[in-house]
This record gives sequence, C-alpha cells and structure tokens, in this order.
Amino acid sequence: MIPAAFEYYRPKDMDGVLTLLAEHGDDARVMAGGHSLIPMMKLRMADVPHLIDMQDVGGLSDIEITNDSIRIGAMVTQSDIIAHDGLSEVAPILREAALQIADPQVRYMGTVGGNVANGDPGNDMPGLMQCLDATFTLIGADGERDVPARDFYEAAYMTAREDEEVLTAVTLPLPKGGYAYEKQKRKIGDYATAAAAVQIVKNGDTCVSASIAMTNLSDTPIYSADAGAALVGTSVDDAALKAAVSAMDGDIDPTEDNRGPIAFKKHVAGVILRRAIERAWSRA
Amino acid sequence: MSKKMHTTLKVNGKQEEFLAEPRELLIYTLRERLNITGPHIGCETSHCGACTVTIDGKSVKSCTMFAAQAEGAEITTIEGLGGPDDLHPLQEAFKEHHGLQCGYCTPGMITRATKLLEEIPNPTEEEIRFGMAGNICRCTGYQNIVKSIQAAATEMNAAKEAAE
Ligand SMILES: Cc1cc2nc3c(=O)[nH]c(=O)nc-3n(C[C@H](O)[C@H](O)[C@H](O)COP(=O)(O)OP(=O)(O)OC[C@H]3O[C@@H](n4cnc5c(N)ncnc54)[C@H](O)[C@@H]3O)c2cc1C
Ligand code: FES
Ligand code: FES
Repeated sequence: MIPAAFEYYRPKDMDGVLTLLAEHGDDARVMAGGHSLIPMMKLRMADVPHLIDMQDVGGLSDIEITNDSIRIGAMVTQSDIIAHDGLSEVAPILREAALQIADPQVRYMGTVGGNVANGDPGNDMPGLMQCLDATFTLIGADGERDVPARDFYEAAYMTAREDEEVLTAVTLPLPKGGYAYEKQKRKIGDYATAAAAVQIVKNGDTCVSASIAMTNLSDTPIYSADAGAALVGTSVDDAALKAAVSAMDGDIDPTEDNRGPIAFKKHVAGVILRRAIERAWSRA
Repeated sequence: MSKKMHTTLKVNGKQEEFLAEPRELLIYTLRERLNITGPHIGCETSHCGACTVTIDGKSVKSCTMFAAQAEGAEITTIEGLGGPDDLHPLQEAFKEHHGLQCGYCTPGMITRATKLLEEIPNPTEEEIRFGMAGNICRCTGYQNIVKSIQAAATEMNAAKEAAE
C-alpha cells in the first residue's frame, strides 16, 4: 500500500504553513500525527499532492491550565494527555476518553488537533469536546477566529474550518462535577459502535446541570441538549435515565454498517448512555 | 513521481543517509533500503504492530510514517536491542517462556515491550495487556507473552537493584 506521489514540506513556523496553504489551496493538507491521514493516503482515499508536516511548528504542544479554563495545543498527543498529571486532576474525563482511543502506538502519534479537525464521525474527541463546550481556535490569512465545538461539525469530513485554515488550540472551561466517557467497541483499536461523554453537576440529591454528547451515531458528533435537560432537576432516578435516553435517541441518526444495523446501534447507544450517566452521577 | 529527498536517520546508533521519495513508508526504508528486516509487515494498515519500532522514545507503527517524517530522528529496531550473543532480557524471557511460536509478531512485541517497561517497570498483568494492545499475535494466545514480559521485568528490576 503505497500512497500516490506528493511534495513534502516541513515548515518551521505557522507563517510557513499558511503560505503553503495559500499557494496550493485544496491541493495541500496539513499533517499532525498522520494516523488518520496516512492510512487514507495509503488507501488512495485521500489525494494530497502537497503534504505539510507540522511537527516542526513550535508553540502547538502546550497544555495550559488556569483558574477557569484549559488550553490544549493542537499538536498535543493522546499520550501527552494521558501522562499529564495536572490535566487528569482538573479534567479527568480527557484522560478517561484518551485511554479508549486506538492503541498505545497510535496514541503516541495521534493529536488532539488532528482528532477534532479530521471530521470523521468515528473520532472520539469531537463528541467529548462538545460535551465540555470547548472552543476551537483557527488561524488563517486573516488572523484567528474561534468556533464552538458544538457549531463546528457540518457532515462527515465537513467542518467549519476553511481549507486554508489551521486549528491551533482547543480551549475549554474547567469541567465541573462528575464525568464519564463510555465507549462500546468491538476490540481495542476500533472506533465506537456507540460512545457517550457525560459531565454532570449535583447539588444535594438533585442534578443541577448535565451535558451529554454521543459519538459515531450520526455523520457528526451529537450534542444532545434535550438529554441533558431531562436530568436537570431530578435525582437521576430510573425515570430520569429513561427520559434522557429517549431524548438522546431522538437526536441520533445512525446508519447500518459493519458495526451493526440501526436498531442495534440505537440499543447500544441507550445502554452506553445509561452507564455513562450512572457513573458520572456516582462521581458527582 | 515527486522529487527525491535527502533524508538522514540514526538507526540502532548508525547514521544512515539516502535519497528517497517522500511517499516512502519508513517500514520499506528499514526493510528494503537498509536491510533491517526485524520489523515485519503484518497488516500494512496500522493495526497489527508487527512493524513497531521506537522513534525518539515513542513506540510507532513504521507502516504509518513516512521516512521523510523521521528525518533527524533516532530509531531503534529489534536489531538494536540485542543479538544472538547478547540477548536483551526481553528476548531471553520470550525464549525461555515460550513467548513466541511462529515469531512473526515478536520483533514488534519486544520492541513495544521495551518502551512499556520503561514507562511501567513493574507492570501488572492488566497493565501489560493494555500496554501491548497495539500488537497482535495469531499464535500464542498472549498468555506466554504476558509471562515473558513479567519475567523480563523481574530480571531487569533485579539487575537494576544489584547495580545500585
Ligand atoms: C489503528 C487505529 C485506530 C484508531 N482508533 C481511533 C479511535 O478509537 N478513536 C479515535 O478518535 N481515533 C482513532 N484513530 C485515529 C487517531 O486517533 C488519529 O491519529 C487522529 O484521529 C488524528 O490525529 P492525527 O494527529 O493523527 O491527525 P492527521 O492524520 O495528521 O490528520 C487528520 C486530518 O486532520 C487534518 N488536521 C490535522 N491537524 C490539523 C490542524 N491542527 N488543523 C487543521 N487540520 C488538521 C489533516 O489535514 C487531516 O485531514 C485510530 C487510528 C488508527 C491508525
Ligand atoms: S504492518 Fe504496521 S501495524 Fe501492521
Ligand atoms: S508468534 Fe506467531 S504471530 Fe505471534
């Protein structure tokens, strides 16, 4: 499996990247860890005449934690997230999710920026970032702009990012309360049959806020505001769980593929969401 | 065809320089250009781990990296860990504990295991199974691979203690 020929560039800074993108338009692609892009190039499903490797661009690999937010550089890898103690303390859901992505080798290479920019509905971080209400920072010829994760995904491989823009960072408010990232997959290294990200806040015995997003159950990640709302004001009892699952079920739109027929996926989505809510609630 | 690029790598301590098309995958550079045939091609689709090498301290599937990306990097393959006369403790343990049958997955297994033991010197069975999950074996059923890695860890920890 050998990809079609391409020109390879390794610019030293973001200006270099943007110049190349301006010059070659949609004939050019940036590469972060390459663990989504290279497989696609090998299968000749991605045609990339000009490949811009970003590994030498500085300033994209930092994790900054302040009193109210977390900023993760686009080139931070999944294994960086797992190894970062400070991050696991303030936002343990990131580590819990990263550990369920792919396998160790892939996690050394796969980046946060690549995972959220890719636009593959199977990627785990887009749903996670929607649950956490993250914001993506994009840079282009005209400077920077921020796009909420919840507005970023349009369809499979179609996002709010323009071809000439690069995603530089993901910023999220410090998550509050209990959390869970639950994923059903056929084997390690597989994309989700269904996955749920849940972040939930408790006051006494009552749920005061809940955020829920689902992965690989539509051509985009699904942030289900209604599923979250179904829990607020309840004690997250069986009736509330049923209401949340039913609201989520109305928002997803899975298709049949080798992971199973639609009815099966909807069933799994319900089981996974219920588990995720119960675990998040027990940690709240 | 695109322009060939001048590429420099350090493989198992030896400086290598060559001209290659950017689309050349690192596994082909190692096997066909440099005749380093320890890393194997199992699936060629980033799943089996037979092609695993260590690049600048990371376990990487070399079928999923271009040689051009590794420009300037330090690479270790199974050949760099030990040879017939000076086996690495992991090589010795795989031999002793039947950690291999056909041996096809073994170079990738052992190369990955060196990194795992660096990160977790005294892993539990669960940590081994999780940390080795990127490597597939069609023969052993994994049980003896786990045993071999545990045995090597014990051996390496004892040697470290003795040295201190
Ligand atoms: C065997 C295997 C199993 C996997 N399993 C999972 C899994 O379970 N869950 C999961 O989520 N992922 C999985 N992945 C994907 C893996 O996590 C990818 O590495 C990740 O999705 C993409 O990150 P990357 O850095 O490798 O991106 P690349 O492959 O370099 O890029 C992916 C795409 O995003 C674009 N891009 C990259 N960075 C930027 C940026 N900063 N700005 C703009 N565009 C950018 C590229 O142009 C490309 O189109 C798996 C991969 C493999 C090989
Ligand atoms: S040959 Fe590289 S992972 Fe199988
Ligand atoms: S020993 Fe045969 S594949 Fe592992």
